[in-house]
Amino acid sequence: MTPEDLPGLVNADPVLRRWGRNLTTTLLLEVGPKSWLLNIHDGVVAEVRGGPFVMPSWIFALRADPAAWAKFILPEPPPGRHDLFALIRHGKLRVEGDLHPFMSHLLWFKAAFATLRPREIAA
Amino acid sequence: MIEPIIGRYLHLEIGGKPHRVYVEEAGQGVPLLCLHTAGSDTRQWRGLMNDGAVTQSFRCITFDLPWHGKSSPPEGWWQEEYKLTTAAYVEAIMAVANGMSLDRPIVMGCSIGGRVVLELAASQGERLGGVIGLQSSSHVDPYYDTSWTHRADVHGGEVCAGVVSGLMAPQSPEDERWETLWHYMQGGPGVFRGDLHFYKAEGDLRPRLAQIDTERCPVWLLTGEYDYSCSPEATLETAAAIAGSEVGIMSKLGHFPMSEHYAHFAEYLRPLLARIAAARS
Repeated sequence: MTPEDLPGLVNADPVLRRWGRNLTTTLLLEVGPKSWLLNIHDGVVAEVRGGPFVMPSWIFALRADPAAWAKFILPEPPPGRHDLFALIRHGKLRVEGDLHPFMSHLLWFKAAFATLRPREIAA
Repeated sequence: MIEPIIGRYLHLEIGGKPHRVYVEEAGQGVPLLCLHTAGSDTRQWRGLMNDGAVTQSFRCITFDLPWHGKSSPPEGWWQEEYKLTTAAYVEAIMAVANGMSLDRPIVMGCSIGGRVVLELAASQGERLGGVIGLQSSSHVDPYYDTSWTHRADVHGGEVCAGVVSGLMAPQSPEDERWETLWHYMQGGPGVFRGDLHFYKAEGDLRPRLAQIDTERCPVWLLTGEYDYSCSPEATLETAAAIAGSEVGIMSKLGHFPMSEHYAHFAEYLRPLLARIAAARS
């Protein structure tokens, strides 16, 4: 799935709605040459707009390596590609800007982007 | 149903100050002293302490490090910043081992516990029966700004859980993963960060590895493959620097093997413990 699917996935999840109830921000997501601006209000993904952009305005940016991102959204992601911090650790994701919304809602962002995986993982 | 775990408080002097340390115990046999990870507590060992296959041969003991779980910080804590050091950590562990009258215990620690067992093997080896390092490495380079885990405008419990959540394998059962995170959500302010002072800064044990004599104090290292804090590569590098050590990489496990998926971890641990018990008898 793609970032355009986030409103349908996140907004329908009551757990994410509750965890994100104080989260309002705008972030830029870049995956290689593609980019999206995500507007989040009170834990609701209100808008996802695809780039390219002229003079985008955002609070923080997530810039991901496309090959690593493709593995991150696999149903059973391999070690080192299974988590946003794992991507950061391996230099496959950079976080820039005002990190307060991201760090204060870290569980939310990890879970929200994990909804892009197609299905549950078998134990 | 009542679990066989008994919890008590041990009064010890650590760092020149009186401490009331929470200790749990289950089983009989070879003493097995278990150390929790940074910012967590004894509950991480609930699977092991309830595993009859282990407790029939091992006296399993685990304790909350001061400032963690039900071991309160010493009097005057509000006047200081908590920062764990190698010396303070070793002193606390040996104080508990002495206080519980443990004869050459096997010490098994995870993460910071997996780090400090390397120092124990180097400096306390003649008093121990061996060490098991889980998610063990001699050093870790910082990969995020730990100050986020202790600041007034971010919920400490939630951010600490957020930082460690991805260290677990995605295949681990959801309930055990969230139990593990709950422990992190309950840590005191700045305690996880204070532990990371040892883990990421002060406690670089690379120079100590050559001091380890595995004839005197055997070293066994086990690391889950999904851990990107203490990676399999870091454990393999550590093992290569300890002559005579044994190392294994565990599939579909992460940074908290005993807490995130005990049943799977036990497939690796039980055969090792059986060998240790046979060698001790």
